[in-house]
Amino acid sequence: MEEQKNDQSRRAFFSKTVPAAIGMLGVSGLLAEACKAPEEEEEKVSLLAPDGKLVQVSKSSISPQPVSPQEAREGIPGKKFVMVIDLARCKNARQCVAQCQKMHNQPAEDEWIKVFLMQDSEDTAPYWFPKPCFHCNQPPCVKVCPVGATYKRTDGIVLVDTDRCIGCKFCMTACPYSSRVFQWKEAPKSAESCSQPYSPETSVPSRVGTVGKCDFCPDMARQGKLPGCVTGCPNGVIFFGDKNEDIVSNGSESFRFSELVHDRAGYHFMAELGTEPNVYYLPPVDRLFDYEKGFNDLSDEQVEFYKNSVVKKH
Amino acid sequence: MKLDPKSARSLEFFTAQMVRISRPGMIGLAVMLLVVFGGIYALAVQVIDGHIVTGMRDNVVWGIYIANFIFFIGISYAGALISGILHLLRVPWRAPIIRIAEMITVISTMIGPSYILLCMGRLDRLHHLALYGRIQSPILWDVLAISTYLTGSIIFLYLASIRDLAALRTYPFKSKWRIWLYKFLSVDFNGNAAQNQYLDRALTIMSAIIIPLAILVHSVLAWIFGMTLRPGWHSTIFAPYFVIAAVFSGTGVLIIAMWVFRKVYHLESYITKIHFNYLGIILMILGALYAYFTFSEYLTSWYGSETWEMEVLYKLFDTNEYWWWFFFAAILGVVLPIAVILFPRFRTINSITAVSVIAVLALWVKRYLIIIPTLETPLLPLQDMRPEYIHYKVTPVEWMLTFAGIAMFCLLFFLFSKFLPIVNVVKVTEDRSYGALRQIVADRIIKREVKAFKLKERQKFAH
Repeated sequence: MEEQKNDQSRRAFFSKTVPAAIGMLGVSGLLAEACKAPEEEEEKVSLLAPDGKLVQVSKSSISPQPVSPQEAREGIPGKKFVMVIDLARCKNARQCVAQCQKMHNQPAEDEWIKVFLMQDSEDTAPYWFPKPCFHCNQPPCVKVCPVGATYKRTDGIVLVDTDRCIGCKFCMTACPYSSRVFQWKEAPKSAESCSQPYSPETSVPSRVGTVGKCDFCPDMARQGKLPGCVTGCPNGVIFFGDKNEDIVSNGSESFRFSELVHDRAGYHFMAELGTEPNVYYLPPVDRLFDYEKGFNDLSDEQVEFYKNSVVKKH
Repeated sequence: MKLDPKSARSLEFFTAQMVRISRPGMIGLAVMLLVVFGGIYALAVQVIDGHIVTGMRDNVVWGIYIANFIFFIGISYAGALISGILHLLRVPWRAPIIRIAEMITVISTMIGPSYILLCMGRLDRLHHLALYGRIQSPILWDVLAISTYLTGSIIFLYLASIRDLAALRTYPFKSKWRIWLYKFLSVDFNGNAAQNQYLDRALTIMSAIIIPLAILVHSVLAWIFGMTLRPGWHSTIFAPYFVIAAVFSGTGVLIIAMWVFRKVYHLESYITKIHFNYLGIILMILGALYAYFTFSEYLTSWYGSETWEMEVLYKLFDTNEYWWWFFFAAILGVVLPIAVILFPRFRTINSITAVSVIAVLALWVKRYLIIIPTLETPLLPLQDMRPEYIHYKVTPVEWMLTFAGIAMFCLLFFLFSKFLPIVNVVKVTEDRSYGALRQIVADRIIKREVKAFKLKERQKFAH
């Protein structure tokens, strides 16, 4: 029964998402233009329909429209999003960070996904550790929010509604994983971000005096696409998918989620905190790169800084 | 209300000071106003430029504002606990000082929460607390507890002032608004037996209500920190620890205020050495309790030596980081008051006030040390190239708003003292001459104690 249901939903997932994904590829380049002059006459775009034929549709009908605030609060029905991060593949290329910032119109200093250099003890080798929001099942941030501006959805995603956030920053002290970023000042607005209607699903445009964080890109998931950090990564470190469908993908490879975390000894970071994250890590065994490869693009000062900050010496 | 000649005379003494502002008073007022205006300017800068003008950043998201908030709510305990308990226990010497204590409570409970507002990123959305409030959040507990507490404290202060308001109503003030206001606020109180009985009963009920409320307010405040998964915060004893620290600092501020008003308004015959002695002893006991909690808190986290707890402890004990502040806040600020007050020979009005100043300053630093080092120690490594994201540094805007809060406290106190006698006049004179049997007995107890105290002093010098 369970399997059958999964199978059906997977088929539904692909039949809906594949054509949309193909269509979006063509449209994404035009998006910026559309923002500048939304009243211009309807442009036609060619799309590949599920039956293999090319069809002409108006551009506005396929450009992604943010979902209603109600939908943004409830989540995508039937989904349970998970992320698996393979630490053996990371060499601090920082493309996940760059792509995330681009996607969310973030300034260079605000990182929703951060890459840490970790070392568990002086005797073990350091490793690079990309860290998005963990979208915990027991999220301490949601618990403490006085106005329900940050909330947990049915698809497992924890979002922030910056229309409602009062900026008390309690969620930032409550989150043990330093996942949250505050908008300390008004960010310079790009034409793209200001023309876009705000939705907690896109987290764009950002608002001064409110809290932001990694949102698992639910707007992309609605289009059947992977989050920015996943597609940005050149080494396929980050896998994203649906636990209900039991599939995760980094864009080029796909795995059964249950098999991947089972066979590769997936674990939760600081599981002892009881937050039940939806991000799993695969331990940094049989690594593709030496951790020092991660220093390649960094200045001497940065390298020194990283080296000093791992393993506390007292 | 008819006043006997004796009460009328002492009322005269206070009203003369209420309608007149001395030259030093004028200078003080000007300074306070200047600092408050400086704060308003700083606030404007913060509102226009955003919170980037503060020292707060993504790791240290709460700074000096929250330390000030805890500090002001802490000193509000002077009125709530000290005057509440003294009232309930019918402590005979309380009359001349409870008005000061209750004023401290009301004023600091008004100023404290404004620091929460300063810390909020979107002040324009304050109404969201009413629209979308979630009772699961400790912040909402805080909002409910503090607003109830403030209301309770105002009622308590008002009830305890009705007798004086009624007496002031009969006094021939020059300004019409004063007479009108006293008339309005004294609600036809004429001091007959039934009214007195009702008022006494109401005061007793209010003081019984205000004590658990005060304890609740500071416990909820402590839980905001205790509920998070942070080293140095996630502690079960945080609520009682905060409560004790609050009464300690509240008593200290009460002693300082007593000293100031005694000097400014020449209240030597009302606020005597006895008051300083008794409150000093209360301060000492609270200091010992506070030291016990501090020791217990740090001993357990050090002995258990969990990684994160140790990181915070190392920062507190590192001479390059917080050691001298920690030494002042947790050791000197407690040992010194205890050492001075413990020995009767060191007890003078000035010495007790001096150690109170040290205790109050130490407790402010302690609040800073509760907030900052913990936030500077996230569970994940601090790999950030921006130094301001690693170490919190108080900016001029934050200092200006901090001093503005203190100036506002002094200013409101000053204005209150021009509106109401700083001493409960009617009560004091009643206690002194026409009081009920209870008070006469109480007076005798005081006298006996004073005699014994003097005798002891004499014997000491004889040796």
